[in-house]
Amino acid sequence: MRNSELSKMEVGSVIDLRRKAKLRLLQMHYESGVGHLGGNLSALDILLCLYHFILRRDDLFVLSKGHGAGALYVALWSTGALTDDDLQQFHKDGTRLSGHPPAVGIPEIVFATGSLGHGLGLACGLALGKKLKGEPGRVFCLTSDGEWNEGSCWESLIFLTHHRLDNLILIVDCNGLQGFGTTREVANLEPLIEKFRAFGIDALEIDGHAMENLHAAVAECHSGPLAIVARTVKGCGVSFMENQMEWHYLPLNAQQYEQARNEVQQACVMSSADR
Amino acid sequence: MRDVFCRSLVSQTVDPRLVFLTGDLGFKALEPLRDALRERFINAGVAEQNMVSVAAGLAKLGLRPWVYSIAPFVYARPFEQIRNDVCMHKLPVVLVGNGGGYGYGVMGSTHHALEDYGCLLTLPNLRVFAPAFDEDVSAIIPLLMQVDDPAYLRLGMAERPAECAIPAYACWRRLIKGDGPTLVVIGPLAGGLLRVASGLSQARCPDLWLVTELPMQALPEGLLESIRRSRHLVVVEEHTAAGGLGQMLSYRLAWMGHAPHRFSHYHAHGYVSGLFGSQRFHRAESGLDPDAIVASTCNE
Repeated sequence: MRNSELSKMEVGSVIDLRRKAKLRLLQMHYESGVGHLGGNLSALDILLCLYHFILRRDDLFVLSKGHGAGALYVALWSTGALTDDDLQQFHKDGTRLSGHPPAVGIPEIVFATGSLGHGLGLACGLALGKKLKGEPGRVFCLTSDGEWNEGSCWESLIFLTHHRLDNLILIVDCNGLQGFGTTREVANLEPLIEKFRAFGIDALEIDGHAMENLHAAVAECHSGPLAIVARTVKGCGVSFMENQMEWHYLPLNAQQYEQARNEVQQACVMSSADR
Repeated sequence: MRDVFCRSLVSQTVDPRLVFLTGDLGFKALEPLRDALRERFINAGVAEQNMVSVAAGLAKLGLRPWVYSIAPFVYARPFEQIRNDVCMHKLPVVLVGNGGGYGYGVMGSTHHALEDYGCLLTLPNLRVFAPAFDEDVSAIIPLLMQVDDPAYLRLGMAERPAECAIPAYACWRRLIKGDGPTLVVIGPLAGGLLRVASGLSQARCPDLWLVTELPMQALPEGLLESIRRSRHLVVVEEHTAAGGLGQMLSYRLAWMGHAPHRFSHYHAHGYVSGLFGSQRFHRAESGLDPDAIVASTCNE
């Protein structure tokens, strides 16, 4: 499917998909009393786009920013791989749905992650393995931006460019905030895209909340490796969370949850009206 | 052991699942393996964290990756990758550490591996193989191609006494039967101990046992009988006391109700004088000299 086709034919279903997923994410985190919402809301559109419009049967995906597990679980729920009952167990005792993706129990999750700087190396191994075995399919890896403080990410970048892993696509969720400051304050790597290019990898920058842009970037990539710098907003879609560092950590109270729900509903009504 | 390791692994290269990753080491040693494996031999560069994650990815697809470096660079530097990416997923990645213990001698403390299997055995699913003789390496490598768990292979310099027969490979072996103390050793120090023991009378000769795989499999009945008889267990290892064989074995025996009357433990003490030298120098500083061990434990 081409970009124009996605934007014309599926924009209605994209709005609906985004609304349902975002509301379910808010509900899951609210009911479980769990934070990490900011980074989940920055990654959610990327994950929905991957699972609904990009990943094919032979493709594999590694969520390197394991703290985006909530968004991953909701994306898997939106495809039917997880149920409402599963999501209700999020963060509870005896759950399969731990705060970071688990090693066992969910077949769609290839690797447990959570400590940053592992996912890209794992994705390199999967991509190299596919090539050595002559298997079809691509490997996608989503990292955070703060994660690129980790030296192991750069080790993996050297490896994937040197070995020309043309079946690997790296996406960076650049929401500009990390654990205890903005990415510019803590360890400024901007312009990140230029650093990727300097390592010899094709790189492009997109709006990470415009699914048609991510879809088009992947569709137009005939041979990787490719790095996609996805500019996103931490807490996207909830006014009091957007670009606020504390929403890396805070759970919602009842009043905040209600406001967040209303804003998501309202945004979708407005998007539909714009069509 | 490195040459026999290379030769043995070359004989496994017919298995298309075998992939070998090196952290930029193996010059004048691993060239035959490189030539046999071609695109399945990967120099991953001086980047051990990535190398272990890549190996986990390969193993996830059903391949059999071996990851090679100087011992500390393969277990200490990428410890979290071993823990999270390999062990938590129970993937059949073989970590190969060359130069167990003080193997790299005067190269210095950064190149020594004094706490390798102790650290690694805290991780889930991982098995350690510490061969004592070159023949053990030849036996272990086909075994490792069949093991479905993560594994660590600790290579060193074999010291087999030419005149002594060695029993066929097993995880527990009695190297020589004597009426002296029960002596349990892991790794190449076994060679020196066997050499010294074989020159002793039956009465003074230790009952010398070699263990090669950790965690220990069931203790042989002959070993338990020996400890009951001798009432003195001596454990020898080129590894720190913390997390070492001595702790594992004494714990197991206490738990089984077979605690020995007397327990002696010869192990690595780090850098006693603060000076550096050969593997022999460091062993001697830690009291790991086979002649001295036998002299002090087998003279009653």
